[in-house]
Amino acid sequence: MEDRFSHSFTIRGKHFIDAGKVSTEIKRLLKELGVRADIVRRVAIATYEAEMNVVMYAKDATVTLELTPRDIRIVIDDRGPGIADIELAMQEGFSTATSEMRELGFGAGLGLPNIKKNSDDFKIGSTVGAGTKLEITVFIN
Amino acid sequence: MKCLRICPTEALRVRNGKATLLGDRCIDCGECVLQCPNDAFVPQTSSFSDFSSFKYTIALPSPTFYSQFGKGVRPSTILRALKAIGFDDSYDVACASESVSIAIQEYLDSNATPRPLISPFCPAIVRLIQIRYPNLLENLIPIESPMEIAAREAKRLKMHELGLKEHEIGAIYLTPCPAKMIALRHPPRKKHSFVDGVIPISDIYPKLVSALAHSDDSNGAAEVRGLGLGWSIVGGQVACLKAEDAIAIAGLTNVMRVFDEIENGRLKDIQYIECHSCPTACVGGSLTVENPYIARGRVLRMVEKYGSEPCQDRQKIRELYQKNFFSLIGTIAPSPVQPLDDDMSRGIQKMHKRQQIYDMLPKIDCGACGAPTCMTFAEDVVKGDAEAEECVFLTMKTFESMSTNLLEVVGKHSKRIHRGIER
Repeated sequence: MEDRFSHSFTIRGKHFIDAGKVSTEIKRLLKELGVRADIVRRVAIATYEAEMNVVMYAKDATVTLELTPRDIRIVIDDRGPGIADIELAMQEGFSTATSEMRELGFGAGLGLPNIKKNSDDFKIGSTVGAGTKLEITVFIN
Repeated sequence: MKCLRICPTEALRVRNGKATLLGDRCIDCGECVLQCPNDAFVPQTSSFSDFSSFKYTIALPSPTFYSQFGKGVRPSTILRALKAIGFDDSYDVACASESVSIAIQEYLDSNATPRPLISPFCPAIVRLIQIRYPNLLENLIPIESPMEIAAREAKRLKMHELGLKEHEIGAIYLTPCPAKMIALRHPPRKKHSFVDGVIPISDIYPKLVSALAHSDDSNGAAEVRGLGLGWSIVGGQVACLKAEDAIAIAGLTNVMRVFDEIENGRLKDIQYIECHSCPTACVGGSLTVENPYIARGRVLRMVEKYGSEPCQDRQKIRELYQKNFFSLIGTIAPSPVQPLDDDMSRGIQKMHKRQQIYDMLPKIDCGACGAPTCMTFAEDVVKGDAEAEECVFLTMKTFESMSTNLLEVVGKHSKRIHRGIER
């Protein structure tokens, strides 16, 4: 049997009530496999930040989790406004968050840099008016 | 079957009509003890006679204890009544709670990270962290519980006063929950505890009620004082602190939701989280007698009456803190749930298989198979602990397709037979 597990989740934009559910679910799966605690934490932080970006800015997103004994790969593919200047968005402190989002404790401009910091490999692609796609890879060993 | 769904960590199964507990998942919260209509789960407890080998016994009533008796019964009267029912002495744990609160404040003031810090006094919460949130072990405040501090202090005083040796004095905690009892028998860390035994509040209650009936409430004894009296209710610990960003959470589902947020890197601006596994904190423990809301009301009135005046000298406690008087002895190690497989490759295969089985299940979590959810059932099947046929829905489906096939076969044959007759 192939040692690969993949599963898809959906995140709905503006659904603050569900925010964090997908990252919690992914975290639960990793713990069930006995993945090391510090790796689980990095994946949790990266996925949570990505999930919050979808909730705050996009219409919706499909999250695909792919597990192998070597790595954890998470692809977040959203339908949303897209990012005009990725290089700028990757800078710490840059944010387009509204004051309401800041009120909730988000929008410090640390989301994308934080995702990158917690990934072993990070890819980002975006089309303005269509959406953004993030690929997060974390190695298991 | 009631217990299946109540268990917050999905540790229960009903197999062959008997409820069983998956030890690596149980956090000793006591919910099943409270909810089972058939008393399938009875915590192992001690009784008075178990302590007859001690020369001298001291009762340590949990602060919850004071809330179990009628309106207006003073804590000092309760402490005295404990001596009337056979203990050589009693020692107030609420006062130790006040000292521990001061120690927490000192720890918060002198350690900037990590945040938020988590209270380590509910043993079920500590187990939950060991099992499910090992990342948060570093957030637990490394300070001993009021129970331990009280036992140590009570013994020290008596050793000094009566010239006894430590092992000759039995310190017996009167507990509101099984978690404290199990924590003593199987401590989360290797160390010597000063508590020698634990008796459930519910066991000692009848004796104490009759002792109280004969006691005089207008005794001359000094009243128990201080905010430590409030430690048995939600928010009792936070009320003792000066930290502005301290919060109290009760109920395991709520606690787990907050722990997930912390693991996701949130809540770093919160200083301290007081956590209780029971929704109404210790007054709602499964070994208490009084309705938890009535008990809570009594605690609030007690705090109002006796709380404003501290029982400890803050400066003295600070000095003790500096001397590591309150420091947790030993470290609490992670104790994760058994993974799907020890081998990552096989674990991933099992996860895949589990999903395939789950996709065939009705996903209504009926519990008829003896597992709490369809997902846990799928996992039990993958692990070889259950058979897929134990799901009534799957079995019905199999019967359905079998009977459809059978009807088809019968249909075909009957046509052939009819044709044969016609010829």
